[in-house]
Amino acid sequence: MRETDALANARREMEICNACRYCEGFCAVFPAMELRREFSAGDLSYLANLCHNCRGCYYACQYAPPHEWGINVPRTFQELRAETYAEYAWPRRFAQLFDRNGTIVSLVTALGIALVLMLAAGLVDPDALYRAHPVVPGSFYAVIPLWAMQATGILTFGFSLIALAMGARNFWRDAGPRERPGPVALGIALWDVLTLKNLGGGGHGCNDASERFSMRRRWLHHAMFYGFFLCFAATCTAFVYGTLFGWEAPYALTSVPVLLGTVGGLLLLVGTVGLFAMKLVDDPMPAARNLLGADVALLMLLALAALTGLVLLALRGTGAMGIALAVHLGVILSLFVALPYSKMVHGVYRTAALLRRATERNMKPLGGE
Amino acid sequence: MPDRTKTYDVLIAGGGNAALCAAITARQAGASVILLESAPRAFRGGNSRHTRNLRAMHDKPNDVLTDAYPEDEYWDDLLRVTGGNTDEALARMTIRASSGVFGWMQANGVRFQPSLTGTLNLGRTNAFFLGGGKALVNAYYVTAERLGIEILYDTEVLSLNLDDGAVRSVDITYRGFPETLHARCVVAASGGFQANLDWMRQNWGDAVDNFVIRGTPYNRGRVLKNLLDQGVASIGDPTQCHAVALDARAPKFDGGITTRLDSVPFSIVVNQLGERFYDEGEDVWPKRYAIWGRLIAQQPEQIAYSICDAKAFPLFMPSVYPAIKADTLAELAAKLKLDPDKVQATVAAYNAAVVPGQSFDNTKLDGNRTKGLTPDKTNWARTIDKPPFYGYPLRPGITFTYLGVRVNERAQVLMENGQPAGNLYASGEIMAGNILGRGYLAGFGMTIGTVFGRIAGQEAARHARN
Repeated sequence: MRETDALANARREMEICNACRYCEGFCAVFPAMELRREFSAGDLSYLANLCHNCRGCYYACQYAPPHEWGINVPRTFQELRAETYAEYAWPRRFAQLFDRNGTIVSLVTALGIALVLMLAAGLVDPDALYRAHPVVPGSFYAVIPLWAMQATGILTFGFSLIALAMGARNFWRDAGPRERPGPVALGIALWDVLTLKNLGGGGHGCNDASERFSMRRRWLHHAMFYGFFLCFAATCTAFVYGTLFGWEAPYALTSVPVLLGTVGGLLLLVGTVGLFAMKLVDDPMPAARNLLGADVALLMLLALAALTGLVLLALRGTGAMGIALAVHLGVILSLFVALPYSKMVHGVYRTAALLRRATERNMKPLGGE
Repeated sequence: MPDRTKTYDVLIAGGGNAALCAAITARQAGASVILLESAPRAFRGGNSRHTRNLRAMHDKPNDVLTDAYPEDEYWDDLLRVTGGNTDEALARMTIRASSGVFGWMQANGVRFQPSLTGTLNLGRTNAFFLGGGKALVNAYYVTAERLGIEILYDTEVLSLNLDDGAVRSVDITYRGFPETLHARCVVAASGGFQANLDWMRQNWGDAVDNFVIRGTPYNRGRVLKNLLDQGVASIGDPTQCHAVALDARAPKFDGGITTRLDSVPFSIVVNQLGERFYDEGEDVWPKRYAIWGRLIAQQPEQIAYSICDAKAFPLFMPSVYPAIKADTLAELAAKLKLDPDKVQATVAAYNAAVVPGQSFDNTKLDGNRTKGLTPDKTNWARTIDKPPFYGYPLRPGITFTYLGVRVNERAQVLMENGQPAGNLYASGEIMAGNILGRGYLAGFGMTIGTVFGRIAGQEAARHARN
């Protein structure tokens, strides 16, 4: 991690926090901070990515603005996190995609949709795009050939997975622990990811918009997270059906892929729209406003993925199916492409940071008695 | 907007823990309540926003406290720190009541930290607020708003107009504009006067210009002075305050906990002349840190310097300010703006006087001492010779003052003739001197504020509703 203004400010704040330690009951960040007295760039990157942005520490802080020290850990870490996303991006030259990320993700989405529409119109008989199709196996492929779907999906998603893995490796080299994580640490980190324990403010929830605590953010994120994975599971099931068993989409309403996708899509929609709505009413003080774009763009992209999927399900027997399918696949393509250059990377670095925390769980705080 | 035409059941002067406990209790008892906080919203909560825990008696472990802390041990601790400067009946009542406050606190939004890892070993005696005192204050304000307590920020009480032993009206400034309010009962919970430098100057002279006030700049003692001027009985030594050694680079006000420095027992402390002046290793730090404010206040320019070497540096909590660091003592002295020759001579004399041979143990009185110095260092004395060398400038930091109003066990304020005022109650720092007349016991101020806040709220509501 390079020495930047955001990093210097994070170090200043951590040195003050480390002399106070009142917030140690909120989340993993403060116990992790207490293990050291000096903060390397890698340490700060680790702590910033460990922060789940619950804002408990901001409202509890006796040094928060307008105090002359102006301690605002959620905002400071958010600013630093954004820099770490660029820092660890792979390939390196794509780092600048994290500047004005909201615009870029939106553009990718627009281009993705347009591209698939044009390809659909170009690859098959344009008439197929507008014709009403019966809901029978293979009807989707009359609009977009299976090979095109599979090739594009595998290529883009495959590249994204590699890019995410390389990012994780870059983070781990810069901000990972000295020890190798054991199986117990892996288990703890996984549990923390799946439960979002650190969005619990020590068991009482987050300060979503004010001094009041609530579990809203945590539940909405859960809806989004599990909704996303149910959708992903639906896609994987469909892929297996198609390639291994030769069962072609679309599937019946009671089939596994449709059930998973419908429940997942609804959850994803609720989570993303809810989290977006929260941004409208949030206290702006503990948030880095200039990073709002990246947040909102990803939320909207995920919401679109869910929404277009559900629309496709509703319209698949009508003349609008062709366009609905192309738009949905365009959104999915955009998601696959944008994945390693969107706020989605926070999941990778957060998980890695939690793994480091779990690896260091038995270390003793420095100073004090 | 305060309602000039209304007679409130209970008016609370102050906006910290004691004020909030009184306000919430009175409101829950059915009274109409107005709370006047002199600070703006962002700095509400008085010194409570800098606190962290509450000392509570308990007979067996519970979800926030380990082991047991029985009444007699609590009382012994209080007796020891106050040197008997306490009121046993009030103190024991407070101690006993402290065991029953958790349910009420939690019901009104306060959250506790399950167990403590860092700082002082207080997990047995003290319950820690999750996020500290400001989080507690926030929780109480949320509750107060929900209950319909009228809360005014930027509102200072100028005078509680006593007539024939009862408050008849209350003069305030509301956002700078004078108003007069009426209430059936009044609770004075507006803290001490340590932030009133002019008042402090009467006792300490111009030395106060070199004092650091650890807490809120809004504890100016206006209500306290107003009451004492109107024949309310006082308690506590008017000249005394709780003074600790702080990093001299601390802000004048509101630096809170982070500016404290625990380096003294593992270092030597010299004054501006480069001379040592007190035994740095007299006792373990939690028992000694409260005398160092006074010691430094008695030195020229009220400043001192803690000096240690690389061996001692990892032994204490990090301060919020980086240590001043140098490879040689002469260089360090120069950076601290001390006479390098004098500092080197002091360290050389100290090093020569260290009695070698014992094993060093920072966790107890280890008996490592010097011999033949004036003053000697009687524990943790090790030669200062391993570079780099570290130094911290120190100043007296004022936590609170002891002067207060005298109260009885019903939190009623007593007049000089010994009679309780008809409708005036007090809670928190403004009356803590009744129980803690001297010294300091971690988390006890919050105990007094909570216990007496609840009594004052209860009594005021009952009196107002009758």
